[in-house]
Amino acid sequence: MMTLSEVVTMVGRVDRVELTQWIEAGWVMPERPEPEEPRFSDLDIARVCLICDLRHDLAVEEETMPLVLSLLDQIYVLRRQVNALTAAIRQQPDDVRQAILDLLEQPRRRGGSLG
Amino acid sequence: MNDDLYATIGVSRDASQEDIKRAYRKLAKELHPDLNPDKPDVAERFKKITAAYDILSDPEKRGRYDRGEIDASGQERPQYRYYRDFAEDPAAGRYYAREGFGDEEQLHDFLEGLFGRGGRGSRVRARGADVSYTLPISFLEAAKGAKKRVTMGDGRTIDLTIPPGVHDRQMLRLKGQGMPGFDGGPPGDAYVEVHIQPHPFFERKDHNVHLDLPITLTEAVLGGKVEVPTIDSPVTMTVPKGSNTGTVLRLRGRGIVDQRSGQRGDQYVRLQVVLPETPDPELEAFARRWAETHAYDPRADLRRPS
Repeated sequence: MMTLSEVVTMVGRVDRVELTQWIEAGWVMPERPEPEEPRFSDLDIARVCLICDLRHDLAVEEETMPLVLSLLDQIYVLRRQVNALTAAIRQQPDDVRQAILDLLEQPRRRGGSLG
Repeated sequence: MNDDLYATIGVSRDASQEDIKRAYRKLAKELHPDLNPDKPDVAERFKKITAAYDILSDPEKRGRYDRGEIDASGQERPQYRYYRDFAEDPAAGRYYAREGFGDEEQLHDFLEGLFGRGGRGSRVRARGADVSYTLPISFLEAAKGAKKRVTMGDGRTIDLTIPPGVHDRQMLRLKGQGMPGFDGGPPGDAYVEVHIQPHPFFERKDHNVHLDLPITLTEAVLGGKVEVPTIDSPVTMTVPKGSNTGTVLRLRGRGIVDQRSGQRGDQYVRLQVVLPETPDPELEAFARRWAETHAYDPRADLRRPS
């Protein structure tokens, strides 16, 4: 866990004012055990670095950032769900896995002839 | 590490600061590891271009690099792990709550819903699968439209309306007639591909109907009124005097409706002169007598050099 000043020093690409704004905007959500200072986990620090890259190196506009972060967060949620599903499917017997595979490979079912 | 930093970013040595920035941004958008969670190998390339950019984007460092005072090594950013390494961690849940996915309980709901076990009024509603069928229909059903009662794969019977002018292999969509949805989700659709069976004497070309019409020798020579079948009821048509095999007559508006314009095509009637089924001595005598004074050459065209 790191304090705000420690994060500013370590990352080196964001100052206190800007980082505080990011917290207020909800882009970064460190633990905030009032009345103490916010505490950043490794996850939060990695997110600060990502926001630095997006804002500074990739020149994503401030108004666009919530959209970009929201889409990224959605992708990671979906990945988490897909991974959970994959893990569950992997533990199934061969015939179940094959049946799932067959369905995925044939998105529209064949209903045969009506006449 | 003696890589050429300019080549790493893909610019020439005399590139402007603006060119360098633009080239770096383009690469970084493509290769940023957090934007590419599925590609583990982009991290190494991203690290290289970032290190190159850190030197080249600073005119002073760039000058020193150009003069050979510093090399490409030892300039990497302080090592940090990428966000993607944490993003699938349960602790990241607080960032996703606002996306409506949030914590582990919601993930649990998602999985429950997927397998139709309900969960707690899960929000996961899935649309049912689409089902495709083929349906053979007659030429006239396709031309004039029809209602057909068909039995779907799951045993339900539905009345299917075939619109007039449907063409071969056309796909009819039956909204909501596919597999049922999950958890209140909408059912899928059924797709019916129509296969038109050939007709014994009508033939279809686009929206026109073609028909070979046999006529007697007398009708060909003297002309007269004949009855012609159409896709509706038979109509009376006048064969002009002196018609021949191959003469094509048109019945305007007796073809098939064009689904787009709503206009009907035409029916084309190609005449075929047919002699009586059994040889007739009287006709033979007449032909012999007639030919003596009326020679003509219908094969003249075949002898002309092409």
